[in-house]
Amino acid sequence: MKQTWLIFVKDIQQEFKTRYAINAILLFAVVTLSAVSFAIGTFTAGSQVLSALFWVILFFSSMSGLSHIFIREEESQTADTLKLVASPMHIYLGKFLFNLILLFALEIILVPLFIAVMNFKLGNFPLFLLTLFIGSFGMAGGGTMVAAIISKASSKGALFTVLAFPIILPVMITGISATKKATETTPIASAQNELQALFAFGVIIITASILLFDYVWNE
Amino acid sequence: MLSKLWKAILFVGIALVFTGAFLWSSLKEGLGDFTRVLYFHVPVAWITVVFFFMAAYYSYRYLRTKDILFDAYAKISNELGILFAIMATITGSIWAKVIWHSFWNWDPRETSIFILLLIYGAYFSLRSAIEQEDRRARLAAVYSLLAFVTVPFFIFIVPRIYFSLHPDPVINPQGKINLDVRQRIIFFSSLFFQTILFLWIFNVRKTQVKLQMYLREYKETKLLEEK
Repeated sequence: MKQTWLIFVKDIQQEFKTRYAINAILLFAVVTLSAVSFAIGTFTAGSQVLSALFWVILFFSSMSGLSHIFIREEESQTADTLKLVASPMHIYLGKFLFNLILLFALEIILVPLFIAVMNFKLGNFPLFLLTLFIGSFGMAGGGTMVAAIISKASSKGALFTVLAFPIILPVMITGISATKKATETTPIASAQNELQALFAFGVIIITASILLFDYVWNE
Repeated sequence: MLSKLWKAILFVGIALVFTGAFLWSSLKEGLGDFTRVLYFHVPVAWITVVFFFMAAYYSYRYLRTKDILFDAYAKISNELGILFAIMATITGSIWAKVIWHSFWNWDPRETSIFILLLIYGAYFSLRSAIEQEDRRARLAAVYSLLAFVTVPFFIFIVPRIYFSLHPDPVINPQGKINLDVRQRIIFFSSLFFQTILFLWIFNVRKTQVKLQMYLREYKETKLLEEK
């Protein structure tokens, strides 16, 4: 547990030195949001369309930043040192925690902006937040694992989205469905299926990643 | 000798299945002539899933043993998986055009096969991005297993959340088979012969890959000896 925490703290400190990932991810979100908002213009899109758009923006902005965590280790050639000081499971969990916090930061900025700019009406705000919260675990878990795979491949940038999309898509599909329900004034229990699926996906993808990470990390 | 016998059986069997499907089969109410796609689309779709499982299995074996042959097997399972997935998509799409009046409308079943195609595409683009052989094999195996974990969500969970127009699967939640006797005979024989066909193709490819590897090893040792 301590190792995980130390890796997490190290990554946070490193991030604050350059602020690369957080800048990339937030600016990407703002740029996409303004592009979408500009494209829609003065029309008011229905809540069905908006909840899908929200997840598309969230997905692609997170894709722009989540891969950075492992690519950074490869570029600064610190991966080997890290291999010596920590076990693979803790490295994965530490990086996962960092990506999770990064996603939460993104959501904290994106959600109010999206609601304000797109005139997004939410009937059941707690359900929306709960969906985001549970969904983030699956996204961060899958994203971290694909980032680890991609950091070992030769062409790093473009491939990440391609590889991560099929893995993270269950989160997107169920997330969109739950968000649609959250736009109406329905009780949380009505989205029980979606929340369960999101939760199960998070648990499964994180477990599978912990089991498989060893093979990616150690050559 | 045995393989020749199987080839003959396969040839006759597939021919009989085709004839049966088009001439002898009884038709379902409401579907009419379009019932017949059942005998081709469903087995192909099942085999796609089997190939997907096989790719995951061989990937697992590779990670355990680090034997490059298993990586080659995983790769050919995925190659053949793409082929069958495309066939399942095309037959399903034509059927959808007739019944639902559009080739593609993101029914949960269509989504799941589309994701499967995406995963195959991602798998091969990952392979092409890595030059070192053992690293490529390892990362591809990990990705294959990671994808294997997510696919059950599309097959079992997404259709439960979203309403699907797709006809009941042959083995449905009630555990009943909604086919009459003739349909059953043709369907199961079609499934049987197509499974043999798929095992046969897979075996041919397997032997081919094995021979390629022996040849390479032989050439390498010869080169070393010459030096």
